[in-house]
Amino acid sequence: MSHLTDLPIWAAIPVCLLLLTGSTISLIGSIGLIRLKTFYGRLHAPTLSSSAGTILICLASMIAFAVLQNRWIFHEVLIVLFVILTTPVTLMLLGQSALYRDRIEGSVDVPRKTTREEPNLSALDI
Amino acid sequence: MNELFIIWSILASQILLGLAMGCALFRIVRGPRAQDRILGLDALYINAMLLLLTFGIRTANSIYFETALIIAVLGFVSSIAFAKFLMRGEVIE
Repeated sequence: MSHLTDLPIWAAIPVCLLLLTGSTISLIGSIGLIRLKTFYGRLHAPTLSSSAGTILICLASMIAFAVLQNRWIFHEVLIVLFVILTTPVTLMLLGQSALYRDRIEGSVDVPRKTTREEPNLSALDI
Repeated sequence: MNELFIIWSILASQILLGLAMGCALFRIVRGPRAQDRILGLDALYINAMLLLLTFGIRTANSIYFETALIIAVLGFVSSIAFAKFLMRGEVIE
């Protein structure tokens, strides 16, 4: 471990704290993936690891390599931006397809599709 | 003292992320329906990306960070494709 020994103590402590916090939050999110009962509840659990876990671990890496100055820290910024932008899109599509499948099966747990009311043209006497 | 501290905390966070990947793998194997398995796959690749970031901090190798970026991009595309497949029955219409 050559490069980590060069890290001063005032930078090592935040890096350690951010790493441990981020991985603990990811573990909590994945445990929620097991413990929650329904699919629509489970859909919320992995967003913990994809938002807070990614931000905290990338922040730890950015602090470490900004202090060490031996790597360009552009990758972490790209990873955070990409994951933050793409996670809602993925989960929204997955929730839509799950809702579609549940409606096809005629499940009673999901809300029914609202039918838009057509304006009755003959009653308006146009 | 200092380097021992940071090495042990990196190791602990790797173990925690490995446990998180195990939970996601449990949901893939056990999931009652197809959308549960896709959700487990989504959580699995996010946790694998975070694990690669901790490996990158440990070795200061730039390849790990590029690999994490590629995993993020490909995982997003694969999850979108799976969700479209569940909705329509085919990926490219």
